Amino acid sequence: MSTQQLPEHPDFLWRNPEPKSSYDAVIVGGGGHGLATAYFLAKNHGMTNIAVLEKGWLAGGNMARNTTIIRSNYLWDESAAIYEHALKLWEILPEELEYDFLFSQRGVMNLAHTLGDVRESMRRVGANQLNGVDAEWLDPKQVKELCPILNISDNIRYPVMGATYQPRAGIAKHDHVAWAFARKCDELGVDIIQNCEVTGFVKDGNRVVGVKTNKGTINTEKVGLAAAGHSSVLAEMAGFRLPIQSHPLQALVSELHEPVHPTVVMSNHVHVYVSQAHKGELVMGAGVDSYNGYGQRGSFHVIEHQMAAAVELFPIFARAHVLRTWGGIVDTTLDASPIVGNTPVENMFVNCGWGTGGFKATPAAGMTFAHNIATGTPHQLNKPFALERFETGALIDEHGAAAVAH
Amino acid sequence: MLLISCPNCGSRDETEFHYGGQAHVAYPENPNELNDREWAEFLFYRDNTKGAFAERWLHSTGCRQWFNMLRDTVTYDIQAVYPMGTPRPAAAPAAPESGTASLAADSTTTGTAAPSISGTSTSAPSISATGTTASTTAPEGATK
Repeated sequence: MSTQQLPEHPDFLWRNPEPKSSYDAVIVGGGGHGLATAYFLAKNHGMTNIAVLEKGWLAGGNMARNTTIIRSNYLWDESAAIYEHALKLWEILPEELEYDFLFSQRGVMNLAHTLGDVRESMRRVGANQLNGVDAEWLDPKQVKELCPILNISDNIRYPVMGATYQPRAGIAKHDHVAWAFARKCDELGVDIIQNCEVTGFVKDGNRVVGVKTNKGTINTEKVGLAAAGHSSVLAEMAGFRLPIQSHPLQALVSELHEPVHPTVVMSNHVHVYVSQAHKGELVMGAGVDSYNGYGQRGSFHVIEHQMAAAVELFPIFARAHVLRTWGGIVDTTLDASPIVGNTPVENMFVNCGWGTGGFKATPAAGMTFAHNIATGTPHQLNKPFALERFETGALIDEHGAAAVAH
Repeated sequence: MLLISCPNCGSRDETEFHYGGQAHVAYPENPNELNDREWAEFLFYRDNTKGAFAERWLHSTGCRQWFNMLRDTVTYDIQAVYPMGTPRPAAAPAAPESGTASLAADSTTTGTAAPSISGTSTSAPSISATGTTASTTAPEGATK
């Protein structure tokens, strides 16, 4: 690995149009998922008279705040299918979008620190292999070979007992991903409308027919919600509830360093995940703050806790400095799986509940959500993630693979 | 880091507490009569309020008692601390001053039933706008 040259910032990648009075479909939320949805609506379903409404600036929410990890090593068939589809799309998207967003398949390790971790991890490796997801089990020596700066000695509180490893996993430049989608959307005729906050919905009976915004009312036949942490707020405006809780999730970066960290390391047990960005910052995240919060900030003890874990696992980080910390608002569900599908309101669709791991799913979330919006029925891949599963009991428990404590 | 006024122990760091989610969610009175939708509501659906939110906290490394708190989920300002089993106080109109602790909390003991709000007088208890289980008088510990 080496530090790579980033592409120059181009002048303008998309127009900034005023909203039209009506669209065939409106996507609420101009983050990665909203933009990917618009892209696939235009590309796969020929729906180009559509708009993406963003209350702030494009990709300024969780798309600007995540730690950019991409992987598909989830336990259950339903999750492996949708995340692996996402990973396959990541592999072809730079060419398709004609934009190199530096998708770097440097592998992801999920460390095991207890016997319980080891058993769960080995089970997950087996399940991954059966689902066609590249996964292997590494013993501590192999862990050390792949990531020499990791401390695998016995003299730490939770010694490394091994790890799962997915070689095709990696990281990408999140901002560039958003810009790549936005540029293509714009080329295809999609209106991306920033500083446009949704304040309500217009309904005809139980059918949504319009969106009220601070820029006026926009008539539309279909509405797709892709607002992550604010999904509950939108759902309440529309008259239904979602089984999600919004929590602060914090992350941080160090100053720039020479390349020292060749892969991505995640530890569910001691609560830290670390990679080194292309420019050289160490990028780290941890678990969510325990309380509900919309404040895009969390408590400092969470940062302290994750730093303690990071320094124990990577002793050379002890002299690095925290340069910047920030928080996003993540929409967690009780089974740590997303909700993508129809809602109790006719012609309104929802894509939410990705919690702490939505970035990696961006292309597949967009593809399936676009299918769901265009056809009115779920794609095979998002069907299991319907809202109804909380009534049927067909939950998809991914707390083990989600890697972040919800 | 939140500074939380435990009704029994006084102001302590957030790290001494555990979060218990939405307050005033009563166990269904007739669980056998619920349909799947109603069960789903009870098990998985909680309010996710942006603004003043009534929630439960446990002082795990102190008195180990549960209590309720009214906290703004945007500013994280703590507006009231009150015992379990008492109704939710009205939300403070606007955050009077900064600071995360309830003013009256230190004098509130387990035996005191009256909820206290910082800055304003108590008014009629209000029920969270989207709450479906409308009980504000769940007995202490009934929801755990």
